[in-house]
Amino acid sequence: MNPVATPAAPHAPHTSHLEPGEGQPGTVREHHDHHELGFFRKWIFSVDHKVIGLQFLFSGLVFLALGGMMAMAIRYQLAWPWRPMPGLAWMFPATGGAITPEFYTMLFTMHGTIMIFFVMIPLLTGAFGNFLIPLMIGAPDMAFPKLNMFGYWTMIPAFFFMILGFFVEGGHAAGGWTSYPPLSTIEAAAPGSLSGQTCWLMGLTWVGVSSMMGAVNYVTTIVKMRAPGLTMMRLPLSIWGLMITSLLQLFALPVLTAASIMQLLDRVLNTGFFTPTNLLVNNLTPDSFAYGSEAAAAGGQPLLWQHLFWFYSHPAVYILVLPAMGFTSDILAIHARKPIFGYKPMVYSMSAIAGLGFIVWGHHMFTSGMNPALGMTFMVSTVMIALPSAIKVFNWLGTLWGGRIHLRTPMLFACAFVSMFIIGGLSGIWMAATPVDIYIHDTYIVVAHFHYVVFAGSLFAIFAAIYHWFPKMFGRLMNETVGKIHFVGSFIFTNMTFYMMHQLGVAGLMRRTADPYAYDVYAHLQPINEFITISAFCMFAWQIFFVLNFFHSMFWGKRVGRNPWKAASLEWDAPSPPGHGNFDHQLEVYRGAYEFGSPEVEEDYIPQTRKI
Amino acid sequence: MNISPAAIPAYDPAVDAPRPHHPIYDYDSGPPVNRGKFAIWLFLATEIMFFTGLIGTYIVLRMGSATWPDPADRLAVDITALNTFFLICSSATMVKGVERAMLGDNGGLIKWLALTVLIGSIFVGIQAYEYTELIKDGNLPNVDIFWSTFYAMTGFHGIHVAVGVIWNLCILIAAIFRKIPQEKYMKVELAGLYWHFVDLVWVLLFTIVYLM
Amino acid sequence: MRYLFTLLLFLVPALGVWTFVEADRWQLWFPQNVSSFGGEIDRLFNIIMYMVAFTFIVTEVCLAWFVFKYSAKNETKGAFTHGSHKLEMVWTAIPAVALLFIAFIQMRTWADIKFEGNFPKDGEYTREKPIAEVWASQFDWRIRYPGDDGVLGTVDDLERSWEFVVPVDTKIVFNLRTRDVIHSFFVPEFRLKQDALPGHTIPMWFEAKKEGIYDLICAELCGWGHYKMSGRVTVVSKEEFAKRMSEIKAEWFSNGKELGE
Ligand code: HEM
Ligand SMILES: [Cu+2]
Ligand SMILES: [Cu+2]
Repeated sequence: MNPVATPAAPHAPHTSHLEPGEGQPGTVREHHDHHELGFFRKWIFSVDHKVIGLQFLFSGLVFLALGGMMAMAIRYQLAWPWRPMPGLAWMFPATGGAITPEFYTMLFTMHGTIMIFFVMIPLLTGAFGNFLIPLMIGAPDMAFPKLNMFGYWTMIPAFFFMILGFFVEGGHAAGGWTSYPPLSTIEAAAPGSLSGQTCWLMGLTWVGVSSMMGAVNYVTTIVKMRAPGLTMMRLPLSIWGLMITSLLQLFALPVLTAASIMQLLDRVLNTGFFTPTNLLVNNLTPDSFAYGSEAAAAGGQPLLWQHLFWFYSHPAVYILVLPAMGFTSDILAIHARKPIFGYKPMVYSMSAIAGLGFIVWGHHMFTSGMNPALGMTFMVSTVMIALPSAIKVFNWLGTLWGGRIHLRTPMLFACAFVSMFIIGGLSGIWMAATPVDIYIHDTYIVVAHFHYVVFAGSLFAIFAAIYHWFPKMFGRLMNETVGKIHFVGSFIFTNMTFYMMHQLGVAGLMRRTADPYAYDVYAHLQPINEFITISAFCMFAWQIFFVLNFFHSMFWGKRVGRNPWKAASLEWDAPSPPGHGNFDHQLEVYRGAYEFGSPEVEEDYIPQTRKI
Repeated sequence: MNISPAAIPAYDPAVDAPRPHHPIYDYDSGPPVNRGKFAIWLFLATEIMFFTGLIGTYIVLRMGSATWPDPADRLAVDITALNTFFLICSSATMVKGVERAMLGDNGGLIKWLALTVLIGSIFVGIQAYEYTELIKDGNLPNVDIFWSTFYAMTGFHGIHVAVGVIWNLCILIAAIFRKIPQEKYMKVELAGLYWHFVDLVWVLLFTIVYLM
Repeated sequence: MRYLFTLLLFLVPALGVWTFVEADRWQLWFPQNVSSFGGEIDRLFNIIMYMVAFTFIVTEVCLAWFVFKYSAKNETKGAFTHGSHKLEMVWTAIPAVALLFIAFIQMRTWADIKFEGNFPKDGEYTREKPIAEVWASQFDWRIRYPGDDGVLGTVDDLERSWEFVVPVDTKIVFNLRTRDVIHSFFVPEFRLKQDALPGHTIPMWFEAKKEGIYDLICAELCGWGHYKMSGRVTVVSKEEFAKRMSEIKAEWFSNGKELGE
C-alpha cells in the first residue's frame, strides 16, 4: 500500500521508554485509521485540522460581516451626523433612528475589537494556520489534535461574551479597542463601562487562551512534524509567517492576558492597578464610583495599562500581517512562475520584524505623557522596523521581475497586497517620527495607516489565500470572472475609501469623534467624509460578489485535481480535498517550494517531492 | 510544455482521486525531544511571560508609589517561609516520583506522587488560611495598592498550584488503578516540569512580595 | 485584461501623488501654523514626505510595470533566479541609511518641545512659574490662573472655563492636568498635542506668533461626550492680555460667592 519506500533517514536506536515516533527524529509511524464519522463528529466535534480551519474560516467571515456593518454605521454618522439611520428606528425610537453619541462610541470600539480579535487573527492563524500547516509540511494532522479542537472551543465563550455585551445595561464596551483606563475601569466614566466592559474583558481573555493553545500547537507541529527532507530552510514562506506569528503570540499574548485580568479585577474586586489617587469622575470620588458600596483602591497607574497593552498589541499588529506576507510570497511566486527572490532574506526580515516588534510598543505612546527620552529610543527602533518591511517589498518586486505572470484572481489580490502594504508601511514612517507624531497622533492618518496595512493589506491577502487554496479546501475552483469583478471593485472602492483619510489627517481631523463638524477647523471636511462614506458603502456592497462566488463554487465550482496551479509545495500532493490523514502516499522532500522555471526539467516547476 | 494561464488541468480520476486505505504517515523531524515535552516548554514560556506581566506591574507600581508598607508588618512572613519550604520539598518528592516512573516502578511512583499531592494541598491550605485571616482583618484587595498586587500575584500563583495538585492527582489515580508503564513515564515528567516551574515562581514571588 | 489591471495598479501612485499635490487647494492640508515650533514640525513632515513619495512612486510604478511587462504572453519560462546577494545588500543599506537619517533629524525638535531641560527659562513664564493650569474633565476645559501672587494653588487663583487666554509672542509654560479620565490637549494651529494623565501634572510650552482664536480639541477618547469637548485658545496682544486678566478676575470674584469659593 505504501507507494514510496520509507525514507532513507537514519533510524535512531529504539529506546524502550518512548512511544514509536516520539522523540526520535527519523522515525515514521504508520497506522491504519479509517472509519466513517457521523455528522457531529465530523463537523462539530472534529479534531481534524482541516475542519477546525474551516470552522475558524466561517466564524471569521460571519464576524467580518458584523464588523463591516458596524463600519457602515460609523461611516454614515461621519458623513451625516445625527441623521436618522435607515433601519435603526426600532433601536432609537425617540430620535427616529438617529444614533446617540454613546452608541457611536460603542460602535467604533466594537468594530475595532471584532475586526482584530474575531476576524483577522482567527482568519489568519485560526483558519489558514490550521488548514495549511499540516498540509504544507506534509504532516497528517497537528501535533495535538484535541488541543486544536479546544482551541476553537475556547473561542465559543469568547463569542458568547462579546455578543452578550451588546445586550447588557449601558450597552457594550465603549472605551475604544485600546480600552484605556480609567475610562474603561470606572463605571461612572461611561455608560459602556458598566457590564459591557466586563464582557469585553472576559471575551478578550478567552480569545487569548485560544490563541495560546493554537500557538503552542503550531510551533510544535512545524518543528516536530515536517516531512522527511523538509528542512526549515525549505519551508514555504507561509509556514514561516505562521510560525513567527505563533512565537509572537506565545511571548506577547500572556502579558495582555495578565493586563486584562488586572483590569477585570479593577472592575469587579475594586483593586487599584490602573486607578490613580485623587480621581473625581462625574463628580464622584473613588469611594463612590466602584461597584456597590465598596471603595476602590487607588495608587495605580493608568499609563501602566498602555505599556502592557501595547507590549502585546504592537506585536499583535504584526500577527495581523506576517501570515499575510507569507501567503503573498507564496502566491506571487506560484502565479509568476518564478522562485521567490531572496528566500533567506525573506525569512530573516520576518524574524527581524518579529524581534524588533517587541521593542517598539512605545510609538503608540509618544504623546501619552511617557518620559520623552523613552520616546526618542522608541522612535529609533520604530524607524528600523520599517527596514525589514522595505526589504520584503523589494523582494516581492524582485519576484515579479522577469516572471511569467498569470493574472488570476489570487495573484491580483496578492499584487494588491504589495501595493497597499507599501502605502501603509510608508505612512508608518511619519508616525514614527516623534515631533511629527505630536501633530498626527490619533488623527485620521493613523486610521488610514492601519486600514491600509490591515484591511487593504492583510484582508486582501486573505482574499488571495481564499481564492488560492479554495481548490484544496473544497476540490473546486472559484469562478474566475466573478473573482476578477470582485477584485476590481474592491480595489477601487477600498482606495477611494481610505486614501483621502491621509489628507483628513493632515488637516487635523481626530479619530473617534462622533460629530467632527462641531469644530470650526473641521467644518469644511464634511464633503470629503461624505465621499468616503459613499465609497465605503460601495465597497461593502461589492462583497456580495465574493459571498455568492464562495458559496456557489463550494458546490458547483469547476472540479479540479490535486494541483490546479502547478504549485510546488506539499499541500498540492494531497487529494483535493484531502481526506483523513491528509496524504495518501509517503512524502519525501528534496528541495524548496519555489522551483519555478528551472532549466533542469522540461516543465516549468519541480514539486518539492520530485527526485531528479 | 504548456504553462498558459488557461491551462488548469481538469480533474483526472486516475491521478487525482484519493487512494483508498492508505496508512497515516507521521514523521518526526526532530529535535530529539518528546512532542509533549516540547509543547510544555513552549507553554511554560507563556507562563513566564504571564508572571512577568504581574511582577512587572508590581515593580512599576511600587517604584511609582511614594510610600510602600513593610511587608513584614502586614504579612505573616514566618508561616509563609515554612510554606515555601514545603513547596520546595514537594519539588524534591516530584523528582523522586519521575525517577520511579522512568524506572517503571509503579509502587514507588504512587508513594512519591501521593506525597507531592499531599504537600501541594498543604501549601494551598495554608495559603487559604492566610487569606481568610487577612480578610477577617479587613485586608481586602480594594483597600490599597499593596493588597491589590498581593492578592493578584499570590492568588494567581495559588491557582497554578491548585491546577498542579489536580494534575498530579489525576496521574496518581491513573497510577493506582491502571498502572503507568515505563514507556508512558513522560506523562509524569510533563506534570513534573510544570510543578517545578510553579515552585520556582513561588520562590521568586515570596522573595519579592514577602521579603523585599 | 492585463491593461486594466496594470492601469489600476498604476493609478495608485498617480492619483495618490495627485491628491497630495491638490490637497492644499481643497483645504485638505495643514491648517495655518501659528506656533514657534510648528514650522519645524511641518518641515520635518515635508522632508519625510519627499523621501516617502520617492519610494512610493518608484515601488508602485515598478509593480505596475512588472505586472504589465511580465504577464504571461508566451509559453516560455521566466527568469530562473533565487535572488541576488548584491542587490539585497544595496536595498538593505540605502533604506537603512535613509531611515536613520530620518530618525536623526527628528531628535532636536523633539527635545526642544518635550524635554523639561529645554523649557523656557528666562521668560516671564517658566517651569516653576507657569502661566496657568489647564484642567480637563468630562467634557470641558477649565483654566486656572495663579492670580495676583503668581502662585498656583492659593486662594486668589482665578478660574475660567472653556477659554485659555494667552499673550502673543510670549513663551507660554503651563501645566496640564485632568480630574477624571485621560484627555488630550490639541490645538492644530500650534501643532501641539499632549495627553492629560490622571494623577500627573504635565508641563507644556508653546509660543503663539499670531493673535487669533484657535480651537482647543480633546484628542483622546474620554467618553461619550468626547466629540464635543471643545475649548479655545485666545491669543491676544500683551496689553489686551492684561486687560483680559482683570476682566477674568472681576468675573471670577463676582461669581465667587455663589460658587462657594
Ligand atoms: C512599516 C512599518 C510600520 C511602522 C513604522 C508603523 C508605525 C506606527 C506608528 C508610529 C503608529 C502609532 C501612530 C499613532 O498612534 O500616532 C502606528 C499605529 C498603528 N499601526 Fe503601524 N507601523 C508599521 C506597520 C504596521 C503594520 C504592518 C500594521 C498591521 C498589520 C500596523 C498596524 C497599526 C495599527 C493597527 C495602528 C493603530 C493603533 C491604534 O492606535 O489604534 N502598522 N504604526
Ligand atoms: Cu505599533
Ligand atoms: Cu476627549
